[in-house]
Amino acid sequence: MLKCRTVWKKLAPLARSSSTVCRQNVRRAVLNNGRTPAQVPAAHMSTGPAGGGRENQLYALLVGAACLGGGIYAYRTVKGDQRRYEERLSEIASRPHRAAPQETLSEPEPLAAEAAETEAVPAPEPEPQAEPSPEEPSPPAPEAEVVAPSETTEIPPEPTAEAAETPSAESPEPQPEVVAESGGDVAPVASKIPSHARYLLIGGGTASFAAARSIRARDPGARVLIVTDEPDLPYMRPPLSKELWFSDDPSVTETLRFKQWNGKERSIYFQPPSFYINPEELNSAENGGVAVLTGKKVVHMDVRGNKVKLDDDTEIAYDKCLIATGGVPRNLQVIERAGEEVMSKTTLFRKIEDFKLLDKVSRNIKSVTIIGGGFLGSELACALGRRSAESDLEVIQMFPEKGNMGKVLPEYLSNWTTEKVKKEGVKIISEALVKSVVAKDDKLEILLKDGRLVKTDHIVAAVGLEPNVDLAKSAGLEVDSDFGGYRVNAELQARSNIWVAGDAACFYDIRLGRRRVEHHDHAVVSGRLAGENMTGASKPYWHQSMFWSDLGPDVGYEAIGIVDSSLPTVGVFAKATAKDTPKAATEKSGTGIRSESETEDTAVSPVASSTPAPPTVGHKDDYGKGVIFYLRDKVVVGIILWNVFNRMPIARKIIKDGEEHADLNEVAKLFNIHED
Amino acid sequence: FSSFHTKGKDTIIFVTKEDHAAPSSAELVEEDPNDPYEERGLILPSGEINWNCPCLGGMASGPCGTAFKDAFSCFHYSKEEVKGSECMDQFRSMQECMQRFPELYPQEDDKVQQEKSETHEASQSSETAEMSGTDSAPAEDSNTTQCVVHGFLLPVS
Repeated sequence: MLKCRTVWKKLAPLARSSSTVCRQNVRRAVLNNGRTPAQVPAAHMSTGPAGGGRENQLYALLVGAACLGGGIYAYRTVKGDQRRYEERLSEIASRPHRAAPQETLSEPEPLAAEAAETEAVPAPEPEPQAEPSPEEPSPPAPEAEVVAPSETTEIPPEPTAEAAETPSAESPEPQPEVVAESGGDVAPVASKIPSHARYLLIGGGTASFAAARSIRARDPGARVLIVTDEPDLPYMRPPLSKELWFSDDPSVTETLRFKQWNGKERSIYFQPPSFYINPEELNSAENGGVAVLTGKKVVHMDVRGNKVKLDDDTEIAYDKCLIATGGVPRNLQVIERAGEEVMSKTTLFRKIEDFKLLDKVSRNIKSVTIIGGGFLGSELACALGRRSAESDLEVIQMFPEKGNMGKVLPEYLSNWTTEKVKKEGVKIISEALVKSVVAKDDKLEILLKDGRLVKTDHIVAAVGLEPNVDLAKSAGLEVDSDFGGYRVNAELQARSNIWVAGDAACFYDIRLGRRRVEHHDHAVVSGRLAGENMTGASKPYWHQSMFWSDLGPDVGYEAIGIVDSSLPTVGVFAKATAKDTPKAATEKSGTGIRSESETEDTAVSPVASSTPAPPTVGHKDDYGKGVIFYLRDKVVVGIILWNVFNRMPIARKIIKDGEEHADLNEVAKLFNIHED
Repeated sequence: FSSFHTKGKDTIIFVTKEDHAAPSSAELVEEDPNDPYEERGLILPSGEINWNCPCLGGMASGPCGTAFKDAFSCFHYSKEEVKGSECMDQFRSMQECMQRFPELYPQEDDKVQQEKSETHEASQSSETAEMSGTDSAPAEDSNTTQCVVHGFLLPVS
């Protein structure tokens, strides 16, 4: 290259002068012609070569040669540039179509191969070097880019998308890619993210997976890309606060498999990894598939341009998008302000890693306190309370309400439930408002507003979920001020081509009004509905989702609709026998988790009574089993089936009808609560 | 009633079996079989297959979804005397596909057969079931294929 430079430098003045002379001659010739032939000077021009013809000839030859050389050089440069440009374009275009094996094969090699290349190239190929040399004045990065393609042009295999090439031939191919990217200081991994996805699902939870399945079922060969900031494939959450804690397997935190009450085992992951395809193969797979991009967060959404931007600046364009970003556990302000040490001893429970951490911590401490008396708090309290029977772990649960599930169950039932939770080994501190938390002597001291002091080793905060609406601003989506979450219509649509499902969706329920639901079955139902609507259906939210909770082996209930303890309720009870427990229910129906038999069934007729039930003793305070109706303007909007199972279809029907019933005892008869 | 009392806004009723012996006088609204909003079973009112039916589990959406759909569609619309007899190619390719994913579609053997008869009930229910409940989805899926498709013998061996 230096050689060229010196040569060029030598030639330059000559070329310049000769070209200047050329230009001058041409100009004069043109001007002369432009004037009049009459003015043809008899004498030669003053700058013209004086002297003998031989010198003239030599001069003319030199000038001609210089012009010619310059012309050839210019032509070759332009052509070479054009060629390089086209190659680069085709190489970029072919990049997403490259089969994975090619890339994975070649990626370990590029550096080594590249080094080999640059050494091999100078010797046999002086030509390409002449081309890049004038590029030197330009910045080094493009030069690196230029060098590589020019090398490849000399090497027979062209960069194509075809798969059938040997590794040695392949290794030069991806080099331009690798080199270009290393020129930009971007890791080769960036090339694995598709730049376009027909169906883009933001969030990798239950709603997202349900939508993916629905899309694949309805759109043959659909290509679905799930983008999640978690490191895990889609999994279900309920076992994290229930079944996984009851497992006998010591390696449960690794396997994440749990034994259902009927003995059958399954993983919390919806599907094993072999179900999914790699993101880079998504757009080339013959029959499409579902790809999951883990560890990437969508930070910006461009609705007009139909594309999103990830936290590593990659952009993905979409045709249809689902936002299923769920939420983030809330924390108490007093804990957030309490400092590093308190925060390090506090768990906000939601994900697999939280489960692993709490499991580990709970084995090494003496006392754990759960703040929060709702579903999650009570379930965790019962799970840890069960553990405390084997170890000497003290389990405390504190909440502002009077009893467990105080915001869901009517007071009498909430009190009754609290007693049951205490029997699971939990110390309940009710009507507790946390004033401050300090770290002292390696323990945490929780001071309540009424003066009570609680000393503990670890805190689990289960005080609600903050729906994740981070994308609302960039996407220009509406956020609901009453319920939180993205505001969507009855078909779960926020804007054209954008749907929202799961915990983050504040949707219009035709029967029950606008609401936001944070339950597993709702995530499944809404995810599925969103998937249907993304593939062309226009169905509103109609099939009512249900939820369930177990508080120990004796208390289990299933519920549907709006179950708010501030509503007037009518509860119809019979006395529970040994047969009416959650455990018995699953054993009978042969299903692993109760929700199986309940969620999608539709009612045909009331359950008929056949065998005589054991006599009811009818103790006033023994709410063994029954059904509770929640009323709004005399219409049943919510139903709890208390220790009564496999009746959800009837409950669903009653809510769907939305009728005013004069006598709810008659409605209760439909459930046949005395029967199994 | 055994007892009836109110605690503020909440009414509590205790009932004996005798109290509930008489049939209910509560009226339920009649179901509309053509309601477009309702969840549908395996076969839609139009006669088409509802691929999104929860009863199919993940069969139509997994890696072998296309093969499954081809085979099952062929069977469904088959007018042959022995229904589906002209669909052997599709079934074969479906089987080949499933063999490539033993994790998702475990191969049948006696042990699995026993398990499947147990889960027969479970397979009739929902996608939610599959997603929240039963064991390895494939056992349910292949079982579902057997019992949902009436009288149809899937030659999975």
